[in-house]
Amino acid sequence: MNKKILSAVVGVAAVAGMGATGASAATLDDVKAKGFVQCGVSTGLAGFSAPNDAGDWSGLDVDLCRGVAAAVFGDATAVKYSPLSAKERFTALQSGEVDVLSRNTTWTMSRDTQLGLNFAGVNYYDGQGFMVRKSLGVNSALQLSGASVCVQTGTTTELNLTDYFKANDMTYNPVVFEKLEEVNAAYDANRCDVYTTDQSGLYSIRLGLSAPDEHMVLPEVISKEPLGPAVRQGDDQWFSVVKWVHFAMLNAEELGITSANADEMLESTDPNIMRLLGKEGAFGEAIGVSNDWAYQVIKQVGNYGEVFERNVGASTPLAIDRGVNALWSKGGFQYAPPIR
Amino acid sequence: MAHQAGVSSDADDSGRVSLMNDPKARGLFFQGLLIIAVIAMVYMGISNAIANLARAGIASGFGFFGDRAGFDIGQTIIPYTNDSNYLQAFYVGLVNTLVVAVIGIFFATIIGFIVGLARLSKNYLVQKFATVYVETLRNIPLLLQLLFWYKAVLSILPSPREAARETGVEVAFSINNRGLYLPRVIPEDGSSLIFYALVIAIAAWFFIGRWAKKRQMATGRQFPVFLTGLGLLIALPLLAFLVTGMPLSLEYASLQGFNMVGGWIVQPEFMALLLGLALYTASFIAEIVRAGILAVSHGQTEAAFALGIRPNLTSRLVIVPQAMRVIIPPLTSQFLNLTKNSSLAVAIGYPDLVSVTGTVLNQTGQAVEVISITMLVYLTLSLLTSAFMNWFNSSVALVER
Repeated sequence: MNKKILSAVVGVAAVAGMGATGASAATLDDVKAKGFVQCGVSTGLAGFSAPNDAGDWSGLDVDLCRGVAAAVFGDATAVKYSPLSAKERFTALQSGEVDVLSRNTTWTMSRDTQLGLNFAGVNYYDGQGFMVRKSLGVNSALQLSGASVCVQTGTTTELNLTDYFKANDMTYNPVVFEKLEEVNAAYDANRCDVYTTDQSGLYSIRLGLSAPDEHMVLPEVISKEPLGPAVRQGDDQWFSVVKWVHFAMLNAEELGITSANADEMLESTDPNIMRLLGKEGAFGEAIGVSNDWAYQVIKQVGNYGEVFERNVGASTPLAIDRGVNALWSKGGFQYAPPIR
Repeated sequence: MAHQAGVSSDADDSGRVSLMNDPKARGLFFQGLLIIAVIAMVYMGISNAIANLARAGIASGFGFFGDRAGFDIGQTIIPYTNDSNYLQAFYVGLVNTLVVAVIGIFFATIIGFIVGLARLSKNYLVQKFATVYVETLRNIPLLLQLLFWYKAVLSILPSPREAARETGVEVAFSINNRGLYLPRVIPEDGSSLIFYALVIAIAAWFFIGRWAKKRQMATGRQFPVFLTGLGLLIALPLLAFLVTGMPLSLEYASLQGFNMVGGWIVQPEFMALLLGLALYTASFIAEIVRAGILAVSHGQTEAAFALGIRPNLTSRLVIVPQAMRVIIPPLTSQFLNLTKNSSLAVAIGYPDLVSVTGTVLNQTGQAVEVISITMLVYLTLSLLTSAFMNWFNSSVALVER
């Protein structure tokens, strides 16, 4: 009898305690208190977020998290990573398991408004494409009627695929998996004729196939996929931190500040550079971090152009062209509001 | 206990015990307290979840079920397109789960009984083979087995272009890495008569069985119920088929572009899942069957022989009915396990309930609602299976006089 009472009391206490925890509003304070940024990344997409040879996470999305850590702590290594499947990612962010979700996630209206998320910018403009075996002799997505298509569940990709085939009056047979690796394996085993996801992802996945040269990415881009980091709604301070880390990296590229010349640039008398590097004004304090936040981001992680080149650019196996991801001043879409 | 008895006999003089010391009252009091605590806990859990969702700005409620799903599902038995709503998608997943569970249970039971009997066989080779089967399959995690079957199915089979001869050539049977292609039977006008004939044959089998039993009880004469029933089952629909002018046609599969088109398709995901579930569960059922048969004492067999009953009839009339008493309760839990294990389908891309609701969850973001409904559905399925098996158990249980 006593045991029963005890367990009941413990149970009630546990539930009562639950009410007090949950997603706290002041993420920045929580992050500072625990000493690291918990960053939600993919389960392994080369160039965006994947463990490298040394076992450290690297990639375009990972560098954004490192930038946030550099801004908050002055230490880009103060990040812990949670690999998340497409299906797990939003729940992980909503429940407070991760502080920022930087996982090639498409910014859509429903995600922005109904899931309790805020997208803090676009760090990669992407579009959905198709990859096929060269041996099929297909050179346009419009020839794909009747094909079996491998796709990952819980993605905008799955919906765009449906819309595209419907709009073009074609049929297909979806083969749906939850994990990226499962989709890759099924496509590699010839379970499907076509693999569809964001084009950047296709380039990355193609490299991991058993014979990359036997596959090609079709020219059609069937959707807009603005990929960016997301944070929880209702925490404007943390939202600002993540947003402005991204903008700082863009502004740095525009102003010609790199990780190599950041120290020299501290001496610059250009007011734009002085404001960015914290020599003038108190922009860092306004978002709850130190005034040299942007200097730390640039010094330790680099500007957007450097990050792009290092992870997915021409020098990497992915060899993705800057294209629409170039700065606005160079004909791309990447445009950051000024720091002033 | 002894002490308590002493106390109560002392108190007997006054005739009643104080409420504080009355074990019955105390029991009621504490149980009441526990119930209140449990209700409070559930209430706090739910209200806490609702409050947290509202605070995090996450939409909640079940209204999304009426919205257009917008995604396609690879294998659907009931009608579904991407214009259907989420509720319909949910049903598709449920039906897919039910189909694989029912067929899986069917095969697992048959294989399990055969292997279970084989383990008791006096033939050395048969007995060892069954032992190896049981010990291997029941000791490897099911998820690994599923992945093995899926990879095995996919890697052995050729692609449709390699398997088919030429574009447009109709084939009656083809197996490739897109699935098993068989001719599909297409009913035409008048074919409903064949269906009615089938129903009549089954009903006739049932009534003949009852009549034969009654007659045997009364006169002792036997009637070949099984053969007659089987004959009716084949002859009646066949007769109807011929009389109505053969109103069934076959649709064959042929290679069109990327894939085989037409015919009746069993997809590799389904094959792998069915293989994995049936073979795995069969290894447990085999052990249950073996245990059940061994539980019937040898004296029963000897007694039956002493009465002059033939060995065949002995096992059917004496051993099996008694073994069933031991077999059915654990068999029920194997059936439940198989149904629940079918949710591992998500790993190999079969669109079962968990897989489809996972997609719904992700497209709508309504995690709490979707997960709780999915759990409720599995609970209902398991309770229904359990209720059916309990009814079956009570109908085969020994009637003790």
